[in-house]
Amino acid sequence: MEVPLLHTPLYDWHVSRGGRMVDFAGWAMPIQYTSIIKEHLAIRSTVGIADISHMGRLRFEGPGAAVFLAELLTRRVADMELGQIRYSLVTNNQGGILDDVLVGYYHNSHGQPFFLVVVNAGNRAKIVNWVSAHLSRERAERTGQEIIWNDVSRLWAMFAIQGPRSVELLQPLVDVDLQSMRYYRGAQSPILHPAANRQGCIISRTGYTGEDGFELSLGASIAPGIWQALMKLGEPLGIVPAGLGARDTLRLEAGMPLYDHEISEQINPFQAGLGFACHLVGYDFPGRDALLPIQNAPLKSVRIGLEMPQGRRPPRQGCPILAAGQIIGEVTSGSHSPSLGKPIAMGYVTPEFTRPGTELQIDVRSRIEPALVAELPFYHRKKPRTRRAAT
Amino acid sequence: MSQDLLYSKTHEWVRVETDPSGAKTAAVGLTAFALESLTDLVYIELPEVGRQVTAGEPFGEIESVKAVSDLYCPVDGEVVAVNDAVSGNLEKLADDPYDNGWFIKVKISDEAGLGTLLDEAAYTKQCEEEQH
Repeated sequence: MEVPLLHTPLYDWHVSRGGRMVDFAGWAMPIQYTSIIKEHLAIRSTVGIADISHMGRLRFEGPGAAVFLAELLTRRVADMELGQIRYSLVTNNQGGILDDVLVGYYHNSHGQPFFLVVVNAGNRAKIVNWVSAHLSRERAERTGQEIIWNDVSRLWAMFAIQGPRSVELLQPLVDVDLQSMRYYRGAQSPILHPAANRQGCIISRTGYTGEDGFELSLGASIAPGIWQALMKLGEPLGIVPAGLGARDTLRLEAGMPLYDHEISEQINPFQAGLGFACHLVGYDFPGRDALLPIQNAPLKSVRIGLEMPQGRRPPRQGCPILAAGQIIGEVTSGSHSPSLGKPIAMGYVTPEFTRPGTELQIDVRSRIEPALVAELPFYHRKKPRTRRAAT
Repeated sequence: MSQDLLYSKTHEWVRVETDPSGAKTAAVGLTAFALESLTDLVYIELPEVGRQVTAGEPFGEIESVKAVSDLYCPVDGEVVAVNDAVSGNLEKLADDPYDNGWFIKVKISDEAGLGTLLDEAAYTKQCEEEQH
């Protein structure tokens, strides 16, 4: 029996616009509508919109929620202010990475605070099970420390609005001042459009492209109408819808890790360059005891960037990385970079080969191609768009 | 597409030409349908003149941002010409796949193999089926 794929609220729109639908973690998602390169460059130069309603969203509220999350996530949570968002990891007892997540602290339209944890679509079930295993009914019902949590992935849609003209696109639809919203901050807002049916949304200045932009969470039932309103508003800006293909090349240029590529249960946060997301003092979380003794120990392999200035053949996941003929590591992601016009990659190598400019080779399907260690990220956006307060 | 072309199931097209000596060569390229579905081409690898190629076997590869695909030779024979111009113009390839978009010309060693290729009607039908 063929198992039907999950559809986001935008599925019909994607199909009607020629989206090439693929199976992504059980969801039917558009890999591209026209060209990955065109969609990529539109986000770098103006603005693009991507349906990311397949992302897993877990909502935690109640007086015990902050401490529970602090004991689950590698990052400090208990000191978060309303409207703040942090990048964090979830690690297993051995310190391997179960997922990378964004945790945000918001309040709803009634002023009730809650945490929203955004997890990778492919890890949603794993993290739901991990939460369940660590959150007994007794714990959730402890007097004065009650916790209510829900998987809201199906109830809420999520759009990524990314590109230098994101503020212009989104501002007419919300009543918070987007220009002054800081990176990794978010807010609750009404949606100023009749199609919203008086529902609100959560906006965060976050993204997975290395570009300025926002992620918008809103009710599934109003999502198609608001998506179309954004497409209409974006017409004069040259908005393009972008699929998962462009999201992948954008995040690669931005040096951002992707689960099952740069990070996995076999990789610890220090190897991945994500030590900043681990606070080993304070709250105890699964994996902390395993990470404490290795935080200052030599690493067996480290994440690096690679570029191929003369090459045309992009390396792919699994291609061996060599130094003087000896295998010293492996590519975890590789592609043609639309912004730089050459192949780029990320991978893991032994620590002596991590200095930018080091000459290495990549075995790209049985042919040895020259490559240089590159600083991450490969791409820097032009300038920060956040307005600074006068001092 | 064109009436005087033959097609492989793997989306290569073949134009059979007869030179003044009576020998038959096959120009080989990739169909508009295939190029349309690949998009974002970044690299093509073609063989050298003189290489022996075999029907059904890869003779090169074409790579997009997303993935690499083999190019399969529709005929047996020897490569007698290679169109080096396509590699510098991959973004234009889909605009003109059947004339300037040929990849290699093969001196056919076994004409019987041509009988297994698809005509335009059969290939069009296959493409329609693949779209569903």
